Amino acid sequence: MNWKIWSLKKSPWVFHVNTGACNNCDIEVVNCLTPKFDVERFGVTLVGSPRHADALLVTGVVTAQAAPRLIQAYQQASKPCVVFAIGACACGTGIFRTGYHVVGPVDKIIKEVDPNAIIAFVPGCPPKPEAMISGIVKMLNAL
Amino acid sequence: MEVIRHLFWLLVFPGFLFTVILGLYACWIVRKVTALIHHRIGPPALQPLYDVLKLLGKETLIPEAANKAVFIWAPVVGFASVLLLAILLWAVDFIPARDNGMFLGDVIVAIYLMVIPSLALILGSSASGSPHAAIGTAREMKLVMSYELVLVMAFIVVLIKTATFHGISDSQNDAQLLSLSSIAQYTPALSISGLLAFLAALLCVQAKLGFTPFDIPEAETEIAGGVLIEYSGALLALWKLAQAVMLVAFPLFLVILFMGGIGTGFGSVLLGLGKYVLVLVLLILIKNTNPRMRIDQTVKFFWFYCGPVMAVAIVLAMLGNYYDKWWL
Repeated sequence: MNWKIWSLKKSPWVFHVNTGACNNCDIEVVNCLTPKFDVERFGVTLVGSPRHADALLVTGVVTAQAAPRLIQAYQQASKPCVVFAIGACACGTGIFRTGYHVVGPVDKIIKEVDPNAIIAFVPGCPPKPEAMISGIVKMLNAL
Repeated sequence: MEVIRHLFWLLVFPGFLFTVILGLYACWIVRKVTALIHHRIGPPALQPLYDVLKLLGKETLIPEAANKAVFIWAPVVGFASVLLLAILLWAVDFIPARDNGMFLGDVIVAIYLMVIPSLALILGSSASGSPHAAIGTAREMKLVMSYELVLVMAFIVVLIKTATFHGISDSQNDAQLLSLSSIAQYTPALSISGLLAFLAALLCVQAKLGFTPFDIPEAETEIAGGVLIEYSGALLALWKLAQAVMLVAFPLFLVILFMGGIGTGFGSVLLGLGKYVLVLVLLILIKNTNPRMRIDQTVKFFWFYCGPVMAVAIVLAMLGNYYDKWWL
């Protein structure tokens, strides 16, 4: 196996992007770091800057205001960088489907700038921390 | 043969390679003990190594607004200087002190080498052209200004104590007094003024390492990584390595200054390792039991609380020197 991919699997650093979530998914994302789930066991660390990130955790529908910021955050991240669409809204805009402010689900916005982006979907409202960890594991196995 | 032996000494043991490995291990100890305090399990032992490998394999981005030369060279200079400091300290520990023969560097050299990583961080982050990094730079500068005075005062206490141990009459030459190997023969931490100086220096090292409560320049929750915000890939890996080596060099420096160094021989190496781990665990405990302070609180803390305490410690040490009382 390529050593770059191998070491990436061993230490995925995540950056949390809220593109208009109701905060429910965000609480569950932070929940993953608590003693009960402790994703640091797998080397997952929450970082403060997209430059340091290996994965963007995007929560919420992408609103008209947030779309350019999401694209900017994705472009600023040093590649390889994967994207997680966390929660029903990020995966498929959920109950806000017909909202006037909704631009689209996360994958549509990211694919506009990078058609080859690797995007994982973790559905749920909000998804359980177990579901997120399972999503991370599946994503890492797919790399 | 001699050349190969010296090169091995410099590059492998206890030189660059050993220091970096020990630093990564110390990084793991910090994260693991932090996790245990949180009642978590924490990362595996090779986690810092995985992190550095991964960063080396990633794309290195240089912002358009950045001053490229400074941005790239700052982490190199910071890493090199802290590595040099570590080598100097190993030399003090493992090469027995010779009378006046070899120059092994003195406290002054060590003070300068200890400042360079912070200066490199200031230069690198201000060269990155990011407003968050600019705030981080300003905070880092204020932080350096606040703790550096206290740190030097703590060193002065140590120098006075060393003079006491040497005996006032035979203050033969000042170079002997300033040399790290002669300081390493005594343990000033056992006296009152030495203990005060040790505690103050511990807090200064806490600030130098960028640990909470003094992680103000990096403050991830408010300025998103501050000084390191624009660094990515291999350059970030260099910063991480520099921080890892700092985790070796700075506690080791405190051990040499205040606790009598490490020395040679199996028993004294074990004892020295114990002293090093003690300092490291003290730093980790302070890190995990305190919230981040504001920069103005930090400046106030160092100048108005630690400063006067250090002045008292210097007076105590001088009284001890005058009346020939080692415990003062």
